[in-house]
Amino acid sequence: MNVHAGQRAEPADAAAREPAIVAQGLTKVYGAATAVDAISFAVARGSVAGLLGGNGAGKTTTIGMLMGLVLPTKGTVRVLGADMVRERYRALARMNFESPYVDMPHRLTVRQNLRVFGRLYGVADAEQRIETLADALALGEFLDRQTGKLSAGQKTRVALAKALINEPDVLLLDEPTASLDPDTADWVRARLESYRAGKGATILLASHNMSEVERLCDRVIMLKQGRIVDDGTPAALLERYGRETLEQVFLDVARGRGAAGAE
Amino acid sequence: MSVFSEAAGGFSPARVGAMVLRYLYLLRSSWPRIADLVYWPAVQMITWGFLQTFIGQAAANGMRPGAVAVAAGNFIGAVLLWDMLFRGQLGFSVSFLEEMWSRNIANLMMSPLRPIEFVAALMTMSIVRLAIGLLPVTGLAIWFFGYNLWSLGVALAVFFINLIVTSWSIGLVVSGLVLRNGMGAETLAWTIMFLLMPLACVYYPVSVLPHWLQLVAWCLPPTYVFEGFRAALFDHVFRGDLMVTAAAINLVLFASAVAIFVALVDSARRAGSLLQMGE
Repeated sequence: MNVHAGQRAEPADAAAREPAIVAQGLTKVYGAATAVDAISFAVARGSVAGLLGGNGAGKTTTIGMLMGLVLPTKGTVRVLGADMVRERYRALARMNFESPYVDMPHRLTVRQNLRVFGRLYGVADAEQRIETLADALALGEFLDRQTGKLSAGQKTRVALAKALINEPDVLLLDEPTASLDPDTADWVRARLESYRAGKGATILLASHNMSEVERLCDRVIMLKQGRIVDDGTPAALLERYGRETLEQVFLDVARGRGAAGAE
Repeated sequence: MSVFSEAAGGFSPARVGAMVLRYLYLLRSSWPRIADLVYWPAVQMITWGFLQTFIGQAAANGMRPGAVAVAAGNFIGAVLLWDMLFRGQLGFSVSFLEEMWSRNIANLMMSPLRPIEFVAALMTMSIVRLAIGLLPVTGLAIWFFGYNLWSLGVALAVFFINLIVTSWSIGLVVSGLVLRNGMGAETLAWTIMFLLMPLACVYYPVSVLPHWLQLVAWCLPPTYVFEGFRAALFDHVFRGDLMVTAAAINLVLFASAVAIFVALVDSARRAGSLLQMGE
C-alpha cells in the first residue's frame, strides 16, 4: 500500500543537510510551572523518533513548539532548516501533524475537508491526491459522508489523510492511536510505516503507548517533568535498564529507578 | 461507615448547590461572562433613554408636516444600516468561531495559512453572509413599508464601506480575544457591537448626547455614517466631509485592529492556548 506519490526536490542549501528537527535548550514556562525544561535533541532525516513520557511530561508542549503553535520561553527549534519562532512559514508547507485533540469541521464531508486542506497546503492536484489517499487509507466508503458522523476509527483515518495530504517531509504525531481499538491502532501504525518507508519522511511521535513506540521508532527520547531523562534506540534502552519491554523501562523512569548500570 | 452524607433518592438541595457552585466557578473564572451580565441592562437603558430624549425634543419643537413618514424612514433605514454593522461583525466573528467550535483552529494555525490570509477569508465571508441576510430584507422593507434603502444610491455604497470596515475591525479584535482567552470570550462576539449602539447614535442625532459623550461618539466611524444618513434623509444632502472623516478613523481603527490581532495571536502562542481551546 502506497500513501506517497513521489519525492520533492530538497532545497540545495546547507539547511537541507542538517537534521530534520533540531531543538536546543528548548524551555517553556507557564507562570510558576516549567512544562519543558531546557531540552536539546536532533532528529535525523528519514528517521522515526518517539517522545515518550507520562501525562504532564511535556510531550504535547514540545510538539506545540516544534509546530510553532507554542512560543518557547527560551531556546531554539529548527525544522527543515527553518527557525520555527521567526520563519515557520518556510517549513509549514512541508510539515503536517495529527492529534486526537484536534478535529476537523464536522458538517463538512471528508472530501470537502480534504479539499480545503489540499488547497491550504498548495497541493497541485488535490482531487487526485484525495483519491490516492482514499485508496491507501480505505476512506472510499465514507468520503462523501459528514466528518462528524464518523466513528472514532474512521475519524482517525481521516485525520491521517489530512496529515498526509501534502506528503509532508516531517510528520508530527501526538498520540496518534489514542482511544483506538487494538485492531485499528495496528492498522494506523502499518500505514505510518508504509508512508515512512515510501517517502523517507521524518516522523516524531509523542506517545505513552509502549508497543507503538517499540514498533515504529528508531529512537526514543524519554521525558519526565519536562526534562530528557534518557535517549536511545529501543534496544539500547532495554539493555541499559536490563528490561525486556519498553513498558518496564517506562515504569523504571516514571518511578525514579535509574538505568541498571547507574544503580 | 458510609461516604454518603445523605440518601441518594429524592430532591437534593446539596446537588442543586453543587451545580450552582459549578456555574459560579465558571462565571468567576471568565471576565467576559461577568461583563455580559452588567452590559445588556446598561446598553438597553442608555439606548432607549437617548431615544426618549430625542422624541421629547422633537415633540417640544413641533412636528413638521410629513415628519412622521420621515421619522419612520429614519428608523427602518437606521435599523438596516445598523444591521450592516452588526451582521458584518457577526459574519466575521462567527466564521472564525466555527473553527473554534469544530476544534480545527490548530490545524489551520499549523498550516501554511498566514494570519493575513485568514483575515482576508473572514472578511470575504462577512460580506457573503451579510448579502445572504440583508439583501432579501431590503426587499421586504420595500414590500411591507414602502421604504427603499437603495434609493440612497452612491451614498449607500459609501455608508456600507465605512460600516463594514468598522465591523471587520471589531471582529478582528474579538477573534483575537477568543484565541487568547478561549471560548469564555465567545460571548463578546454576540454583544460587543451593542456597546457601540448608544454611542454611534443609530436612532437619534449626536446632539442628544451630553457634551462629553458627544466627544466619545465622534471617535466612532459609525456615528458619522448615521449622521450622514440622517442628513441625506432629512436635508437631502450628501455629507462627504463626514464620510471622509469616517474613512480616516476607519483606517486607523483597522490598522490598530490588525496589530492587536497579531499581538493576541502571539500572546496565545506564548500562553500555549492554541493547543488548549475550551471554555
